[in-house]
Amino acid sequence: MKIAIASGKGGTGKTTVAVNFALAIGNTQLFDCDVEEPNCNLFLGLDLDKQEDVSIAIPEIDSEKCSLCGSCAEFCCYNAIAKLPQRVMIFPKLCHGCGGCQIVCPENAISEIKRPIGIIEKGVHAGSGISFFQGTLGIGEPMATPVIRRLQAHIDEKAVVVVDSPPGTACPVIATVGEMDYCVLVTEPTPFGLNDLVLAVEVVRQLKVPFGVIINRHGSGYNGVEKYCYSENIPILMKIPYDRKIAVLYSQGIPFVQRMPQWKENFRAMYHEICSISSENTLQDSYSGVRN
Amino acid sequence: MVKQLTVISGKGGTGKTTFTSSFAALAENAVIADCDVDAADMHLILQPEIFEIHDFYGLDVATIDKELCTDCGICVSSCRFAAIGSGKVVDVYKCEGCGVCEYVCPANAVSMIAKKAGEYYCSNTRFGPLVHAKLGAGEEASGKLVSDVRRRASELAEQSGKDLIIIDGPPGTGCAVIAAITGADMVLVVTEPTKSGIHDLERVVQVARHFRIPVAVCINKRDINDRLSVSIGEYCKINYIPVIGMLPYDNIVIEAMVEGRSVVEYSGGKFSEGIRSVWGKLENLLVQEKEGLVELL
Repeated sequence: MKIAIASGKGGTGKTTVAVNFALAIGNTQLFDCDVEEPNCNLFLGLDLDKQEDVSIAIPEIDSEKCSLCGSCAEFCCYNAIAKLPQRVMIFPKLCHGCGGCQIVCPENAISEIKRPIGIIEKGVHAGSGISFFQGTLGIGEPMATPVIRRLQAHIDEKAVVVVDSPPGTACPVIATVGEMDYCVLVTEPTPFGLNDLVLAVEVVRQLKVPFGVIINRHGSGYNGVEKYCYSENIPILMKIPYDRKIAVLYSQGIPFVQRMPQWKENFRAMYHEICSISSENTLQDSYSGVRN
Repeated sequence: MVKQLTVISGKGGTGKTTFTSSFAALAENAVIADCDVDAADMHLILQPEIFEIHDFYGLDVATIDKELCTDCGICVSSCRFAAIGSGKVVDVYKCEGCGVCEYVCPANAVSMIAKKAGEYYCSNTRFGPLVHAKLGAGEEASGKLVSDVRRRASELAEQSGKDLIIIDGPPGTGCAVIAAITGADMVLVVTEPTKSGIHDLERVVQVARHFRIPVAVCINKRDINDRLSVSIGEYCKINYIPVIGMLPYDNIVIEAMVEGRSVVEYSGGKFSEGIRSVWGKLENLLVQEKEGLVELL
C-alpha cells in the first residue's frame, strides 16, 4: 500500500501529516520526496547514513577529436551546449543527461562524466519501526526529478509506504504521486488553500490515483474548501483543528501524536479508511494506463 | 534602470503572497509578477483584468506512429528517462522532450510534438500591471514558464516607465526558484520561527548567495516560537543578513484574504503597520548601490 501526502500549496502541513501518520501506523517506509526542502527528519531526529550520490551523466568533449561541427549544440534542446568559434562549451546545470549529444557527434568526441546533483540517505526509527529515506537536492541545482526517481528505487512494494511529496503540481509532484496507490491532499481552509486544492485535484484525477482530503488548521471560519469537497464528492478524511498547542509542537519539531495520543487513533482510523477505499477501487478498476 | 525584487521563503505557507500583495498595494510605480506558477494565488487578491494571453509551450513530447514502428526497441533502450513503455506508448509524464528517440529510430516512426503546457497573462489591476500564469496540471518546465513571466514583466516595465518589478516566488530551492531569482537585485526571504522554517531559510539563503544576490529576511508569525525567532535573528546577524521585520501571527491575514484584499488595504492595524515598515526598509535597500550589498557576501 503506497500513500502519497501531497498538496497544491506549500505550507499546508504535508510534512506534519506524513510524519504523524507514519508514526501512528508504525512499521512503514517513510520517504521524504520534497528534495528541495526535506524536513521530515527535523521531526524524527534520526542519524542518517548516506546510501548513494545521485548523479546525472553530462558530456565531456575531447577537444582533440572535436571538429567544431556544432551538431551537439544543435541537437541539445536544453541549451546546455554552445558552439563558440574556437571551442564547444558545456553548461552542466542545464543538461538533463539525455545522451543525445554523444549519439549525434560524428567524431566520437563526446564521452560522459557523472555529475553529482544530490544525495539519498536512510535512517531507522527504532521505536516505531519506520525505515526513513530522504533525498536532498544540492544547493543551486535545478533538477529535482532525478533525485526523486532514485529515491523511489528504494520503495519496497510489499511495505506500507508513506511519501511526503513536494508542493505544487509540476514535474516532481507527478514523479512522486504517479506511482502511488492513494493520495492524501492536505489543504488549509482559506481561499488560497481552495484555489491550490482545485489544481491538485486536477492533477491527481489525471493520474487516476484515488484520493481524499485532510483539512489542516480547521476553524478559520472559511468553509469554501468543505463546500467544494462535498460538491465534488471528495472524501474529507480528517480535520485537524487550528490549535496553538499543535502549532507550537510543530515549531519545536515534535510530532504531535507523541504528545496527543488520541491523534494516533485518528490517523490509524484514517489508514483503515484508505485501505478499504483502495480495495474497493481495486475491485472496480480495470484501468490499464500508460504506466508500466 | 528597472529594479527587481523577488520574494521567496524556501518553505511554503510562510506568507509570501500576503507580503507581496501588500507590497503591490504600497509600491507607487511597479509591475507585479506572480512566479509561483504551480499554484498562483496573487490573482485572488489583485482580481486582474486580463488584456493579453500567451500560450506557453514547455518541452516537446515524443509520439510514436504505430503504423511505421517495427518494434525494434532501439528507442526504448536509448531513452534515459524510461519514458517509452511496452506497447509503443510514451509516458508523457516521464518524457523530457530530448529527441533522442526520434533521432535513433530507423523507421522514422517517432516525432516530437510541441505541446501547450500552460498560459501566461498580462493584466491590469488596481495596483498596476500584473503578469501571471497557469501551468497545466502536471506539466513540466515550470522554470521556463517563470522565465517567460519575468521576461514579459520586464518588457511591460520598460514600456510603461515603471521602476520596479515585484516577483512573488515559488517555494523550494530548485528549477523554478532559480528562475525566479537569477538577475534580481534583491531577494526577500519570508520565514517563520519553526524548525522547518529555519532549515529552509538556510538552504534558500545559500541558493541566493550561490547566484550572488543580496538577501534580506522578514520573520512572520514571530510569536509561534519566540526562542526560535531569536535564533533566526542570530543566524542572520552572523551571516550579515538584515532582518527587516518581525511580525506576530495575526488572523487579519485570513480575513483580508477571504475579502480578496491585501492586508494593508483591509486594515490599518498593527500587522499592516509592520508590513509598511518592512516595505520602507526594502525600498531603502533597493535604492542603495547594489555593489555595496554584494560586498557583504
